[in-house]
Amino acid sequence: MKDLSLVSINDFSKEEILKVVELAARFEKEPNQDLLKGKVVASLFFEPSTRTRLSFETAINRLGGRVIGFSDASSSSTTKGETLNDTIKMVSNYADLIVMRHPLEGSARYASEQSSVPIINAGDGANQHPTQTLLDLYSIQKTQGTLEDLNIFMVGDLKYGRTVHSLLQAMSHFNPKFNFIAPDELKMPDEYKIWLDSKGIPYYEHSEFTDIISKADILYMTRVQQERFVDPMEYEKVKNIYILRNSMLDNTKDNLRILHPLPRVNEINTDVDSNPKAYYFEQAENGVYARMAIIASILGLV
Amino acid sequence: MSTKKELSVSAIQEGTVIDHIPAEYLFKVIRILGLDNCSNLITFGTNLGSSKFGKKAIIKVADKFFKDDEINKIALVAKEARLNIIKDYEVVEKKLVHIESEIIGIARCFNPKCITNNQEVTTRLLLVEKEPLAYKCHYCEKITTEEHLEII
Repeated sequence: MKDLSLVSINDFSKEEILKVVELAARFEKEPNQDLLKGKVVASLFFEPSTRTRLSFETAINRLGGRVIGFSDASSSSTTKGETLNDTIKMVSNYADLIVMRHPLEGSARYASEQSSVPIINAGDGANQHPTQTLLDLYSIQKTQGTLEDLNIFMVGDLKYGRTVHSLLQAMSHFNPKFNFIAPDELKMPDEYKIWLDSKGIPYYEHSEFTDIISKADILYMTRVQQERFVDPMEYEKVKNIYILRNSMLDNTKDNLRILHPLPRVNEINTDVDSNPKAYYFEQAENGVYARMAIIASILGLV
Repeated sequence: MSTKKELSVSAIQEGTVIDHIPAEYLFKVIRILGLDNCSNLITFGTNLGSSKFGKKAIIKVADKFFKDDEINKIALVAKEARLNIIKDYEVVEKKLVHIESEIIGIARCFNPKCITNNQEVTTRLLLVEKEPLAYKCHYCEKITTEEHLEII
């Protein structure tokens, strides 16, 4: 079932990405459909992720499907020492589709090779989280009217943040320009910069979060996570540099929208929330439609 | 030159000579090729002088002729290795080892959080760079570079 599964954003071509984005818009117009009637979807969360799980389960319910599964490895047979292989072999005999979140990296690719039904990766450790990327793309398309020729600013933890890496790869189909704003310790890794060079995609790196954002169409904020720092002093130095405040948005473009994969801590001041350019809560809602589109297209229901 | 070699490690009548192995990887090569569990007559010499690297090792395996995919496994640690196929004390064929585009079950992914390092999953690494060697894990998509390559 490898070919039908969605494990990595790199599994989707430009056409497939556009198809999901277009379908998500259709589901947003008509969110309750019976396409999954009579189908069972397994939702296997080997580590808790309330936001992602509720978004998936809402999508499945809105499509008329039923959900089986667990929300935490402690309530599964993993605690008895069952391997991922065995869990997947068993569950793929019960369900028509498996949505899986697992702390080990590469677990989704492995599960897709062992399963007789398609797998949707809902996050495998720090590796991939392709449905997050597709909902980000849908949010960009919806707010900008296009995915082409946009100036995208990424801010915060660009070293470990899997969402920015996947978004960068997915956006590369659409002639973007990137600006990276990060402390030295959390800069965009070389492998992604080399990859952008090979595609001829321009990018600019900054260590200061200033009025350069006036050129941005999309401002993608991420959380600077304390656990990423070896030296706690380093964290103290940078933790308050990358905070977006409402006053910083005065000279920005009208079409600018601020995205954040959530949860946020303090990197977006709450005074931004009421600014029409703040889009992160709508972005989360878009996740339901994007996931409906992904499920429907993977199962060939549309 | 050949006189010197014959002095270091005695000649074989039939079989394979693996020459130009970096001395520090001799035992890894032996392990990769499964020679530690091989009942054939095997002789080897190590810390021999080499014009290519400081010290080299050489292995002579009697009555054994490796398949290409078998011998290419050692390219990970001994990409300069040369094979001489011996028939009746004469070199009848010379071979080089080739770096394979995919290696399955030979080397570890360096990522401690990779599924292959936590459950019984056969490793699968895809070549992304030859010089220096770099492999991308088929599962976790992380890149393992030459200095982190660990043979299973």
